[in-house]
Amino acid sequence: MVQREALLKDAKPGDRLKIKKDEETYEGVLMPIHRFSGEDIITLKLDNGYNVGIKADKNTEVELIRKSEEEAKRKEKKIDIDESKSTISILGTGGTIASYVEYRTGAVHPAQTADDLLFSNPEIAERCRPKVEVLFSKLSEEMRPEDWVTIADRVIELFQEGSEGVIISHGTDTMGYTAAALSFLLEGLSKPVVLVGSQRSSDRPSSDAHLNLLAAVEMAKSDHPGVYVVMHESMSDKKCAVHKGTKVRKMHTSRRDAFESINDEPVGFVDPETGEVDIEERPKKGEDENIKRKGSMEEKVSLLYANPGLTEEDIKHARSKEGIVIAGTGLGHMPTDLIPALEEIIDEGLPVVMTSQCLYGTVNGHVYSAGRELKEAGVIFAGDMLPETAMVKLMWALTLDEDVEKVMKQNIAGEYTERRIR
Amino acid sequence: MSVQKDYDELGLKVGLEIHQQLDTKKLFCGCPSDMVEEEDRTVLRNLRPTESELGEVDKAALMEAQKGLKFRYQAPEGSSCLVELDEEPPAGPDEEALDLALTMALFMNAEIMDEIHFMRKIVIDGSNTTGFQRTGLIAMNGTLEVNGKEIGIPTMCLEEDAARSIEEKDGEKVFRLDRLGIPLVEIATDPDISSPEEAKEVAQNIGALFRSTKSVKRGIGSIREDLNVSIEEGARVEMKGVQELDMLPEYVEKEVDRQIKLLEIKEILEERNAEIVDKIYDVTEEFEGCESGIIQGSLNKGNGVYAVKLKGFDGQLRGDEGEALLGPELADYAKKTGVAGIFHSDELPKFGITDKEVKVVKKKLEIEEKDAFALVTESEENSRDALRKVIERAEMALKGVPEETRQAQPDGTSSFLRPLSGEARMYPETDIPPKQVERERLKRLDEELPERPEEKIERFQKEYGLNEQQSEQLFKKGYDVLFERLVERYGSPSVITNTFLHTYPDLKKEGYELENINEEDLERMFKRFDAGEFAKEGIPDLLQEVAEGRSVKEALKSAGLETVSEEDIREEVIDLIEDRSDFVEEREMGAVGPLMGVLMKELKGKADGEKISKILREEIQKRI
Repeated sequence: MVQREALLKDAKPGDRLKIKKDEETYEGVLMPIHRFSGEDIITLKLDNGYNVGIKADKNTEVELIRKSEEEAKRKEKKIDIDESKSTISILGTGGTIASYVEYRTGAVHPAQTADDLLFSNPEIAERCRPKVEVLFSKLSEEMRPEDWVTIADRVIELFQEGSEGVIISHGTDTMGYTAAALSFLLEGLSKPVVLVGSQRSSDRPSSDAHLNLLAAVEMAKSDHPGVYVVMHESMSDKKCAVHKGTKVRKMHTSRRDAFESINDEPVGFVDPETGEVDIEERPKKGEDENIKRKGSMEEKVSLLYANPGLTEEDIKHARSKEGIVIAGTGLGHMPTDLIPALEEIIDEGLPVVMTSQCLYGTVNGHVYSAGRELKEAGVIFAGDMLPETAMVKLMWALTLDEDVEKVMKQNIAGEYTERRIR
Repeated sequence: MSVQKDYDELGLKVGLEIHQQLDTKKLFCGCPSDMVEEEDRTVLRNLRPTESELGEVDKAALMEAQKGLKFRYQAPEGSSCLVELDEEPPAGPDEEALDLALTMALFMNAEIMDEIHFMRKIVIDGSNTTGFQRTGLIAMNGTLEVNGKEIGIPTMCLEEDAARSIEEKDGEKVFRLDRLGIPLVEIATDPDISSPEEAKEVAQNIGALFRSTKSVKRGIGSIREDLNVSIEEGARVEMKGVQELDMLPEYVEKEVDRQIKLLEIKEILEERNAEIVDKIYDVTEEFEGCESGIIQGSLNKGNGVYAVKLKGFDGQLRGDEGEALLGPELADYAKKTGVAGIFHSDELPKFGITDKEVKVVKKKLEIEEKDAFALVTESEENSRDALRKVIERAEMALKGVPEETRQAQPDGTSSFLRPLSGEARMYPETDIPPKQVERERLKRLDEELPERPEEKIERFQKEYGLNEQQSEQLFKKGYDVLFERLVERYGSPSVITNTFLHTYPDLKKEGYELENINEEDLERMFKRFDAGEFAKEGIPDLLQEVAEGRSVKEALKSAGLETVSEEDIREEVIDLIEDRSDFVEEREMGAVGPLMGVLMKELKGKADGEKISKILREEIQKRI
């Protein structure tokens, strides 16, 4: 490392340098050090546009040609807003749906301002009167339960300020969790809250962000109250599927159509090109504008993944928590020799909820003896509720002044499906 | 010699960009690099130009987006995966492909980068599902010696091939993903080439180097050349997609002609004080009742007719003898907005448009003697877009030759593709970490370096008794690897050399499709030849049959080459000697020559000449 640092002394990314090494000379703009570059590698952007890595050694000389020029400002653009159209709020929380690339260094920045988002998708203004704001700029994996509460509060304010619908742009990894959380936190919702993200960042020409956003706008304009996730229905840039916030799960690491409704069909589909929103059962628009937040989030909930190697210690670790959700095997099982330890915890007053790591299908505590033993021990069987949704719901239920088991068993935001056809 | 001088005087500068497909796995996933016939599942996509940090969309990118096309991708599962569908981040790069690129860099004594950074080059014509091509600069500043002249090799890149264009229908451009991601080595030369013929020689040399690695794809489309052509007063024009090496000189010549013509037009326009009138006229009324089928058809659809005036352009769109001048150039630009074409005054009256309409348009546009006009019939919006392009291109004509990227056409000409794209259309591929090139790797590759072409040419002479010219020709034409394989198995180097250097060109001249003769056919043929099943004289006939689609076995039969046994030959010889017994008696051994002629004609190809001669001598000997 010594060679590179010594050579670059006061040179900063963006400076124009000439590097002489052995017989060769390279001239170009200094790039930031790449995290995965080799030792002593200096990265230059040559005039032909290519970046190359040059290893600094004893024979390397660096000459500063020109200091970095002021970084060019993004051009201000004006977007005409039609005041007569319905007001749709777009709440930025982070993720790749609202990012742009700095061509010079290739760094992808999340949208910092509301305009960043609107400027890269000016068509939004043709479909509604957008009210864009950035609440925070967090990647999916930085999102904490307390952030869900912050989002819920802001959504309520936006509706109170007259929004017809609210869109939340969100990183995709934990979008399902946020959707479930808002489904429980928002009470008396009479309008749509739509979460949307992208699987290909918006700095790429092939990004899915644009289509997803337009679909989200159409869904937000519709009169279907509830919390939804709107994302690509297939690998094609054609229709977007509308998923219920409590039944949706990211089922693929990278595909555009990663989001699926589990144990349920999507609520409907949106054709972003025509603006058509196709939803079979149209829930009536609530008359009650009295939207408010119910409860909050108790962070101390464990999500345990049952497996043959699970030990008593793993169970006891969860003792410090306020509640436990188990993603059980099959119909909702776990190694039977651990049941006494679990029972102890339940007796101490910790609610334990059973879901299935199969995701598809429902848990059932009556079929096998393991299930019966768990039931007898006081484990709450959570039907076909997703493990993640059950975890979010338990976090929420623990903050209510109600019987946790009763709340967990009640179908509050469509987290239970009565019949499964797949 | 005089031709060469002309090009010197014109200041011709030609640079080449050669793209060679490698015969490895794909560059950024584990897919095989095979082209297939299946369409399989399809996916429909759009591409949007992204904003650069300045909030400005690239000029070339914008032009593609203006066309508003949708892209349909056929994704055959055997040779594409989620990576090609842009549904999974890339892996790689493929180590074998990188080895090959580095080997080429070593061949050309280029400076190899210590660390390779793959970049995204924006391409939104649909040929890449991502909207960009991944490319990495491997080496710089290499050299290549061609006929004693040093040609500079400024850059060598390793990149992914684009998707294969299948068709365009119903507003959709259809591509197949089998080709997307096949590794390409791109070698660019400096504009050191100064004649059309030299362009071909340099390309041949680079092709030969590639083949010596034995791991490159062969056949149509596996090596593609882009040309950069400019003359002193002209401009740099990039020509894409030349697939036939033999046509390189023709493309250069025709581009030079085009640039000269544009410069002549520029001078005429200058003399006439030609100018651009930035106004689009609605002349729909003027065409009511027009007999032209095209115009009527369009008007019936509710379209209009629109016109622009080209002041001072008369006679410069099309020449007096019908030769194409600026007309096709203007039309090419207009077509990029999606219209079928334009009409212009130099070609009218025609297409059912009569002198009457021409006159009224001229009146409306206040056309004077040296002025021209262009028409488009489409919807108002489309017509205006198209005519704005016409105006844009006409304006360029005042300045001479515009810098542009052109598509090579099969007939040696080219058509406008897009404005020459700037260099800034590249940014880092953040999904692929930088790739260090370790010294040990280069050392290993250097030790394993394939035989250099000049070494091979010399060895062929020593080992197989070829002369220098034969040896060089085999190499330049790309038969060296196959030649050696065949000789190693079946011997007869001179017969095999002859087949490639004489029989092949003869067959091509006679119009046979040499592409139909594959390597397996040659293997089978020389195997049978080696076994004495037919004589070398039969090779041309046999290959004709194979070129027409027959198997070697069938060809032997249909060419009448099924072998004649020694007894049969002897019978034939005895018959002939008896027939000509007087002649044999008179000439004795002197009869061998003339009788050989007769026998060769009768047994042509069915038996070896030497064998016939031996039997003939024996039989004559018996009689004298």
